[in-house]
Amino acid sequence: MTQAAVLDARERFLAEHARVAPGLPGAKAPWMLRARSAGLETFAQAGFPSTREEEWKYTSVAAIERHAFLASPRRVESASVAREAGAHFFAELAAYRLVFVDGRYSPGLSTAGTPPAGATLCSLGDVLERTPQRLEEYLTQTGQQTVFGRLNTAFMRDGAYVHLARGVVIDEPIHLLFLATAAGAAIHARNLIVAEAGAHATIVEHYVGRDGAAYFTNAVTQIFTADGATVEHCKLQQEAADGFHIGAIHVAQHRDSRFVSHSIAFGAALARNDITTAFHAVGCSATLNGLYVAGGRQHVDHHTRIDHSQPGGTSREYYRGVLDGRSRGVFSGKVVVHPDAQRTDAQQLNHNLLLSDGAEIDTRPQLEIYADDVKCTHGATIGQLDDAQIFYLRSRGVEEATARTLLAYAFARDVIDRIRIAPVRARLAQVLLSRLPEGHRIRELA
Amino acid sequence: MDAMLEVRNLQVRVAGKPILAGIDLIVNAGEVHAIMGPNGSGKSTLAQVLAGRENFVVTGGEVRYRGRDLLAMAPEMRAREGIFLAFQYPVEIPGVSNVYLLKSALNSVRKHQGLPELDAVEFLALVREKMKLMQMPDTLLYRAVNEGFSGGEKKRNEILQMAILEPALAILDETDSGLDIDAMQVVAAGINALRSPERAMILVTHYQRLLDYVVPDHVHVLAHGRIAKSGGKELALELEERGYGWLEAEAAKVAPAAPGPEAS
Repeated sequence: MTQAAVLDARERFLAEHARVAPGLPGAKAPWMLRARSAGLETFAQAGFPSTREEEWKYTSVAAIERHAFLASPRRVESASVAREAGAHFFAELAAYRLVFVDGRYSPGLSTAGTPPAGATLCSLGDVLERTPQRLEEYLTQTGQQTVFGRLNTAFMRDGAYVHLARGVVIDEPIHLLFLATAAGAAIHARNLIVAEAGAHATIVEHYVGRDGAAYFTNAVTQIFTADGATVEHCKLQQEAADGFHIGAIHVAQHRDSRFVSHSIAFGAALARNDITTAFHAVGCSATLNGLYVAGGRQHVDHHTRIDHSQPGGTSREYYRGVLDGRSRGVFSGKVVVHPDAQRTDAQQLNHNLLLSDGAEIDTRPQLEIYADDVKCTHGATIGQLDDAQIFYLRSRGVEEATARTLLAYAFARDVIDRIRIAPVRARLAQVLLSRLPEGHRIRELA
Repeated sequence: MDAMLEVRNLQVRVAGKPILAGIDLIVNAGEVHAIMGPNGSGKSTLAQVLAGRENFVVTGGEVRYRGRDLLAMAPEMRAREGIFLAFQYPVEIPGVSNVYLLKSALNSVRKHQGLPELDAVEFLALVREKMKLMQMPDTLLYRAVNEGFSGGEKKRNEILQMAILEPALAILDETDSGLDIDAMQVVAAGINALRSPERAMILVTHYQRLLDYVVPDHVHVLAHGRIAKSGGKELALELEERGYGWLEAEAAKVAPAAPGPEAS
């Protein structure tokens, strides 16, 4: 791509911002306007990341630059959109569901139900309009945000706001469904999840798109866990085959809080997930699980970072990837143990299965340790299906193609089985089978 | 009547080295053959070649199974046609439950034979009955295939699979290795329960120990990739007393080019 074309892409986003800014929520809050300007300014100076940057070495976003995505697609509400969204509901998880169509809250498709006292589940855009002061301390934090995160702040229109007051426990998972229907749309979704002391919630953040549509999701989710709070978060990325997905989850954890993340990536032509958590007080724990399954010419990248800033923290990271066709996977997992973070216990593992000669994986587990009393391990493997296992299955009458599918399925299923929500597990198992070559051969397993 | 298995002048190489240098073996229905021999004699290779392991290259000879060319059949076809290999080192398959494998295996064999698939109730009743025979707890059914199983549990699991699949020709590759005496008796009882006039068995073993419990009709001794000596069950006892050295020396005279070590 020529320098001029790159500048054009940047200019386009800036012009687009000038066009849509007056209609974005939070216009009455000066701090929000400043945050948007600062985000835009960062983007204007830095532009899109290039593969010369360490954190983007293996992932080129040139394809995103080439498209003329527009920030503000017109909202379409119709019976067909309702059907499309409905296909992705979890029947057994009807209690709390917020649906966003092309980045805008859809009250008609949502069933927010009656959450317990002290729990707020609603559109972030609505809160930005009505009571923006509640959001200032959170939305102004930039932390580990990438330039895409800053772009999100400049453009963000809507997403979910989940606030749990002290001690509030929501047993039912909260399903946030983002449906993309408009070709050419840039969807800057922004979610904010705040769990006050001792609160407990399970969130399913779910991205789906209409096949045949090329669009760009640029999502940021911020999660704050106060003392003793627990947030379990499942991100299900099932964007359309031509979609682009840049997503970030940034977590700030306080004393004795627990964060569990499952990041399951099946979709999109190009997907990148940045997941970061920082332990701001003692006794925090974080579990980051992930699965990426890619084929064709898909590119899927996970970058994770865990900052053990305070003592006595525990982190467990477990990512698996299955790559077929000419797809490419990237896993970069950084665990930083800061000087004060004694008694840190960190484990990180990344296993990859390559199903074809054309598939590729770049994996970089990284430990940076500045404390001495710590227990840290990490490792990564890249392999193909095991001939001895295939022969064993065949010697029991299982056809070779079925044996191969079965082994790939079992490899990936290991991550899905760590999710505690049965209907989500069941749905993901089906999706997994549909994504594996010859998956129909073992459909009774899903 | 045709023999169940006819091996004629079978020659096999692994990584360019000759391992089997011309094996002749006839196995009839109802017979139990023991194949003995020192380490590296090629006996495990023979077992795996018969089951269809693809990293062995057959360079000469032929194998007919029930009158058909066995070497032309894919491993899964051999299994469906009634051949079963109990592995010396049963493979762990994380994420695939034992019960799923048993069911897939049984149904693939039944389907091939034109029999209806068993429903869940019939299947579980059958499996539970056979597990009792093998003195295996039900919990092993729902664990991943062989994952975290003890050596003895793995070997019992092999015989369990055999008991459920009821093969026509069972090949047991060092099923006795690594078993304590109690486990040996359980495994031997499982094997004996399957002896029948319609079924043939090939027991590959290094020691005579298993043959105290499963008494063979014929004993063959492999050395340097050939059958150096065949006889009745008393040959096994002779080997127990005299070791393999005298037979190896005789075989070496016939085959001066010593084959490499056993590949598996």
